[in-house]
Amino acid sequence: MTRTSGDPDRLDRAFAALADPVRRAIIARLSTGPVTVNELAEPFPITLQAVSQHVAVLEQAGLVTRTRQAQRRPVHLDPAALESVTAWIDTYRLQAERSYRRLDAVLETLKEES
Amino acid sequence: MTVNPTHITAPDGTPFIEVVREFDAPRDLVFRASTDPDLVVRWLGPRSLSMRVIEFDARAGGSYRYVHTGADGEEYPFRGVFHTVSEALIIQTFEFEDVPGVVSLETRTLDDLGGRTRLRQNAVFPSVAARDQALESGMRHGITESMDRLGELLGARSGQR
Repeated sequence: MTRTSGDPDRLDRAFAALADPVRRAIIARLSTGPVTVNELAEPFPITLQAVSQHVAVLEQAGLVTRTRQAQRRPVHLDPAALESVTAWIDTYRLQAERSYRRLDAVLETLKEES
Repeated sequence: MTVNPTHITAPDGTPFIEVVREFDAPRDLVFRASTDPDLVVRWLGPRSLSMRVIEFDARAGGSYRYVHTGADGEEYPFRGVFHTVSEALIIQTFEFEDVPGVVSLETRTLDDLGGRTRLRQNAVFPSVAARDQALESGMRHGITESMDRLGELLGARSGQR
C-alpha cells in the first residue's frame, strides 16, 4: 500500500513504540484498565526506571496518557489512538487475503477431486 | 503450508487498485473457482457463509448479482456484467448497490506458471474519490474482520486447516 491515512508522523511513532515486546506487553496489560508504573513493572525483570522510559515512549506516541490522582499517576491506554493504528493496518488487504486463503482451500479440494 | 502473499497497490491520486496473488494450483482450476457460482460462494467476499448468489452468469454479456449479509443482518448487494470471460482474461464491471452509479471496471488476468497461477486484477474506478471511498469502506467493514482474526490468533486453534 502506498496510501496512508491519519498523521504519518504519529503513525511512525506509534509503530516504533509498538516494535518493542515489553511495550506491547504494557499495552496488553493496560487493555484491562489503568495501572500505575509500579504495578506495570511487577511482571517484568527490569527496573522501574526502564518501565518508566517505556511508558514515556508510549506516551510520546500518543498511545497512553497519564493522569494525576492524589499520589497515584496511573497510566491509561488510549483506545482511540490504538484503533487509529490498527485501522491503518490495511483491512482492505486483510479482507482480500482472507478471501484468497479461502480460494486456496477451494483449489486444494478441486485438486483432490481431479 | 505457507500462504502466498497478496500484493495490493493503490497509488495516491489515481483511480486504481491493483491486486497480485499467486495460487499453488493450475490455471484451469483457478478459472473454475472464479466462474462457477457454487465455488465462488465458498471464498469471495468478507464472509463466505453469508454470501448469497442471486445470479452468476460468467460469460461475455452475462450478469452477476450477489449479496453479502453481515453478522448484524445488514445486507451489502453487489452487481455487474461480464464483458470478457476466458481462462486467461476476465473483464467485468463491479458496483456496490448502496452507491449506485459508481461502477468500476475490473480486468483480471490469470498467468499460467505451469501448475501454479498468478492472478493479477486491476480495478479502475470512475474517480479518485470513488476509489478512496471504496478503500475506506473496505477498511471500515474490515475492522470487524480484523478483530475476528485477532480473536482467532489469540484463541486456541479452532478447526482451522
